[in-house]
Amino acid sequence: MADRPATADTAGGRKAGPRYLPRRPEGRRLHPVTPWRRAWAPLAGLLAFTAHDFERARDWSSHLTAGWVLLGLAVLLPLAAGYGFLTWWCTSYLVTDTELRIHTGLLFHRAAHIRLDRIQAVDVSRPLLARVAGVAKLKLDVVGTDSKDELAFLSEKEAVALRAELLARAAGMAPEAAPEAGEAPSRALLRVQPRTLVLSILLRGGAWTMLAVAVVVPVFIYLATDSLWPALATAIPLAGGFWASGAGRFVREYDWTVAESPDGLRLDSGLLDRAHATVPPGRVQAVRIVEPLLWRRRGWVRVELEVAGGKGDETSVLIPVAAWDAAADVLARVLPGVGLDAAVASAAPAPVRARWCAPVFRRGFGHGTTPTVFVTRKGLLSRRTTLVPHAKVQSVRLSQGPWARRQGLADVWVDHGANGAAVARLRDAGEAHAVVSAQAERSRTGRRSAGPERWLT
Amino acid sequence: MTGTPAAAPDSGPNDEAADHDEAGHDEAAGHTAATETDGTGGAGTEAEGITAGEWRAVEHGLLLLRRLVLLCTLLPLTVAVALALGLTAGPAWALFALIPLASALWGWGALARNWRSWRYAERADDLLVARGVLWREMTVVPYGRMQLVEVTSGPLERKYGLARLQLHTAAATTDATIPGLTPGEAERLRDRLTELGEARSAGL
Repeated sequence: MADRPATADTAGGRKAGPRYLPRRPEGRRLHPVTPWRRAWAPLAGLLAFTAHDFERARDWSSHLTAGWVLLGLAVLLPLAAGYGFLTWWCTSYLVTDTELRIHTGLLFHRAAHIRLDRIQAVDVSRPLLARVAGVAKLKLDVVGTDSKDELAFLSEKEAVALRAELLARAAGMAPEAAPEAGEAPSRALLRVQPRTLVLSILLRGGAWTMLAVAVVVPVFIYLATDSLWPALATAIPLAGGFWASGAGRFVREYDWTVAESPDGLRLDSGLLDRAHATVPPGRVQAVRIVEPLLWRRRGWVRVELEVAGGKGDETSVLIPVAAWDAAADVLARVLPGVGLDAAVASAAPAPVRARWCAPVFRRGFGHGTTPTVFVTRKGLLSRRTTLVPHAKVQSVRLSQGPWARRQGLADVWVDHGANGAAVARLRDAGEAHAVVSAQAERSRTGRRSAGPERWLT
Repeated sequence: MTGTPAAAPDSGPNDEAADHDEAGHDEAAGHTAATETDGTGGAGTEAEGITAGEWRAVEHGLLLLRRLVLLCTLLPLTVAVALALGLTAGPAWALFALIPLASALWGWGALARNWRSWRYAERADDLLVARGVLWREMTVVPYGRMQLVEVTSGPLERKYGLARLQLHTAAATTDATIPGLTPGEAERLRDRLTELGEARSAGL
């Protein structure tokens, strides 16, 4: 009796589920495979407990009989399945003319409205298991979004179609035409060969250092304490570090492809987990050119880029490794009007007297400007040149400590929208003041000539 | 009070600064009366190459407030240390109380120098904030980049008739705060910055 008004209410237009389920939010559903991603949670909890308290777990397992195991499974599995199903039930998304709306939450409802004209990048990623199941995650980079604002999982076809639709709407295409816009054609600019990638990783100091540390430290600890456990406990995280900078990098950056399309840059990569990122035009806040010591003879560079609302501190990669000329070609597409040679050549070294402030590192510091970008350089072994387009500069700062003032030196900081800053260390104080006032002027004119936020309008 | 002689030279800039503000209220641009308030060397060199004659100082109340906080923490500490050590360890040990007392004296002057170093200038397209004596910092924020202008005022600040203006841009590293404005000036600045920000606004 009491349920009657509720059923009448939900029947009005919206597809409502059975009474005993929570009310469904409006919009499209995720792929039905989604609940299964939760199924591993109890298992992971069990494993974590085993790892945490190994002795007790072994003690327990000796008491276990088949009956207990079955009973445990009989309780845990439906619980996990039920939770997974209900979260899936309560999650939906909806594309309107200006927003992507994502509703989530079983107990605590959460509605995220993401403005499409503020999209900084769109990522479609397919982890290994998702590839087997034929599904993909879709994530929008907007300033302020977090990991909750990703759509996981959609079927692969749906994810690609949704990405095309979101980009078409963000580009300012007519709302009626957007759903049928389809994928914009793309043209490959660069593809990294596996051989080059392997060689580039071998030529970096990072992986070797991590390997050396991962071998030496546990052995040392074993010799010092004469027990295996502390050595193993340190070896595992160190091996993880080695994995991240060595083999993990290969797996992540395998078959790296950079392509160009009207929707912006497309970056496809991955051996096991495939990632497909799209960076619309005019979204790049800063570009960093990394030249490790052993790469320079071959003329190789790594290019990283920063986009507002990206994944926190970690920068995304534009090109893991490429020859100088190829990188310059890609860079000219990312930042129109920026020549890699001109930008790098513009960086003048810090004055010699800066050695009293930074004895050795002084040699790495450099700064310069071109008509389009603010350039700073640092690093001796691994040279990092950061380019910030004038149009992306949020604020300019000049700072000077007492010791630097004695030498007549000052630092110039340039803050950009990806929550980072490029610093020109230890410039001549007079030059630094001139740079600050000139930079304010350059950023103003740079902004005037910047493209529209909706890039097809 | 030991510090009163030090306060006397500061009263000059205080009156001057107060004058600027009243003038500034009438003419929104605020270019008129604002002159370099600190004749003492050092801090003035920062203005070179940027602007001259547009800098505005912050309210003298900020200095009074900070000195009050300084004395309210260090003087009781001095007394506590002197009493505790003098009564338990012996009168000679009470000399350790000179340490907080000396810091209070040093802080008295340091606060004045720091107060004098805080300046801001409204230019045609951006706002300049400069501060610091030993570690100097100058921030230039273009109006079009401002995402949020915030005016805050704590209970003590309100008692001294002060407000603090903070500018936020899309970069969290931007650190542009002006403490020690009168509430009227803070509001005027906030409204002007918002208005200019809207006129010149740009995407990320």
